[in-house]
Amino acid sequence: MAGLLGIILQRLLLGIATLFAVSIIIFVAVNALPGDFAQSILGQGATPEAVEAIRNQLGLNESPPTRYFKWLLGAVQGDLGIPMSQALFQSFTGSSTGGDVVTVFDQIIPRLKNTMFLAGVSAAISVPLAVTLGILTALFRNTAFDKAMNVSTLSAISSPEFFLAYILILFLAVLNPVFPSLSNIFPGMEFGDRLNKTMLPALTLTLAVTAQMMRMTRAAIINLLASPYIEMARLKGLSPMRVIVKHALPNALAPIITVVALNLAYLVTGVVVVEVVFVYPGIGQLFVDSVKIRDIPVVQACCLIFAAVYILLNLTADVLSIISNPRLRHPK
Amino acid sequence: MNALVWILGGLLVILAIAWVFRFATQKATDNKPYFRDMPLSVAFGYVFAAAALLLSIWYFFQPKAVDGIPSAGVIFFRWAIIGLLGFAAAAWVFRTVFRNVGSENSKKLFRSMPLTAAFGVMIIIVYAIVSIFAGLIAPYGQEEILGAANVVAGGDPAIGGNPEYPLGTDQIGRDILSRLIYGAQNTVGIAFITTCLAFILGGTLGFLAAVLGGWLDQLLSRMVDALMAIPSLIFSLLLMTIATAWAGSEAWLVTIYMIFIIAVIDSTRVFRLSRAVGQSIVVMDYIEAAKLRGEGMGYLIFREILPNALAPLLAEFGLRFCFVFLTIASLSFLGVGIQPPKADWGTMVRDLSPFINYASFAPNAAVTPLLAAGAIALLTVAVNFVVDWMLHKSSGLKE
Repeated sequence: MAGLLGIILQRLLLGIATLFAVSIIIFVAVNALPGDFAQSILGQGATPEAVEAIRNQLGLNESPPTRYFKWLLGAVQGDLGIPMSQALFQSFTGSSTGGDVVTVFDQIIPRLKNTMFLAGVSAAISVPLAVTLGILTALFRNTAFDKAMNVSTLSAISSPEFFLAYILILFLAVLNPVFPSLSNIFPGMEFGDRLNKTMLPALTLTLAVTAQMMRMTRAAIINLLASPYIEMARLKGLSPMRVIVKHALPNALAPIITVVALNLAYLVTGVVVVEVVFVYPGIGQLFVDSVKIRDIPVVQACCLIFAAVYILLNLTADVLSIISNPRLRHPK
Repeated sequence: MNALVWILGGLLVILAIAWVFRFATQKATDNKPYFRDMPLSVAFGYVFAAAALLLSIWYFFQPKAVDGIPSAGVIFFRWAIIGLLGFAAAAWVFRTVFRNVGSENSKKLFRSMPLTAAFGVMIIIVYAIVSIFAGLIAPYGQEEILGAANVVAGGDPAIGGNPEYPLGTDQIGRDILSRLIYGAQNTVGIAFITTCLAFILGGTLGFLAAVLGGWLDQLLSRMVDALMAIPSLIFSLLLMTIATAWAGSEAWLVTIYMIFIIAVIDSTRVFRLSRAVGQSIVVMDYIEAAKLRGEGMGYLIFREILPNALAPLLAEFGLRFCFVFLTIASLSFLGVGIQPPKADWGTMVRDLSPFINYASFAPNAAVTPLLAAGAIALLTVAVNFVVDWMLHKSSGLKE
């Protein structure tokens, strides 16, 4: 087991190194703004005083490396600075008295929770659905059912999320009012109500990710069906369902787990468009809004969080596939 | 809750019918092996499919309007079914024609083609024609503001349509059909250019890394690893923020920047593939022979490696194109991609999306945002069908 722990530790360190590299990329990208972003945000007509005030607010007068390490240190401690809108407000009122300053951190945390809730609901629907459908299509492979599923999942993967979203809105919100088409979530909501309002975005995401997982499950199981032990089980007289669930599925778990983890990573980062369509108050919507008004501190922070979640889930996929497949633990 | 009970009850009834169906067929066919060994789940599947088919047919022939009020559900259902059957029929005709017309090779190709792939090829050809000749096909200009705004699609004056604008006009009076046609040119054209750029960049660097190896390979690979650790839509949104600041008030510059940004982000994926493919080719004997002949780097890459790596790269090109196309559409949908007044499908979906709320009483008005979104979906689905078929064919899978 010590070897396994070592491998996990090694992957974790690799993940942290990657995150570090990503933070440098984000920082460099943001600093590629023409002039500096105090000027570019206030526009041509800004007074020098206002620009100077913003520069001070954001600490732009320091050298880039100093700023980078300050930002990184802050980010590690959960201090992501203050949003541009706040800085602007303070520079106009001429005070930075603290008090009711809303930091980037305060803005992001409740929205991150909402996004996690949405991703959680979609995962709770899509993972069991995908695995069941995968098993069924493997069981009834090359029948009309399998072919119909193949065509419909391929179409679902390739359609843009907003197309799926509007189709769902059309049928489940406008024509048959089952779920609300606007997800106005607020803190202190009852769970059932909240679930009801999250349902349409969650279903859209489910449509988008189930297909991939299902196809992978099917492929992984069918790959194994030519193995001698499956032949043995079949000749023993077991029913096809039993052969697949008891004998093939456990050995197909590694690729299935990997694709599930990768799709969860997609869920967390692919929510952006879905959140915008349904006006769901998650981090994706915050990100898009900040991109539009060029609120750099928020954009930077959201980007870092998305990257961190993405790396973490990829890492989990990696580690889980190593755990479930002992052969990967001893590379030749 | 009530609906849930109905659904569960319906499923139970179907299960009962399935049992009866199996029992009856066993008796009727005197225990033929197929029916004798049929699991209940398969019988359930048959009965369920039959029930769904009957229900669809019944729903399809419901009256389009009750007491003058359009029943929108029926209308949308009819459009969907007619669209589906129409496309399938068109694909079938297309395949049948090309099975009998053309060179021996192309005839052979079409004979082995499943209907989905034929559909994909047909749609790609149609899109290519429309996007190349958009200026000739479109009845109006893409930025032209016409006489009437908010004309309903369908061209029926009784419900607010106008035969001059078959798909209606948008909120400021631009012809939607023309904008859809020009959108093909803008969106598809830009996605195509971007994918080509990504392939030139990623492919060249990938092959270079494979041929040269050593520190260059290490450097490029680590850089690509870091770039790929950021989700691509998020990264392109971040870079677009900066690009809009650089572009200032010049909208067309934003589009140029977008092409480069997405090309660079996407080239990382191309790099990975071409490096892997290149590495497996570099160790071949004929490369060794070429090296011993004293051929240069350019010859090695373009005359030895590229022809042998073409098949996987071509399949990847299709998938990358879909991906780039969806990214551009999403960026435009979010408002930071292709800038107005250029017609583009992502922007059109966003601008027309409020119409969808009128679906229950004015189905013709609600269909316009879906047309733009459907135009995007149709192309990506088509490309995916073709790529799926190509991969299936090249992998030699028979199952």
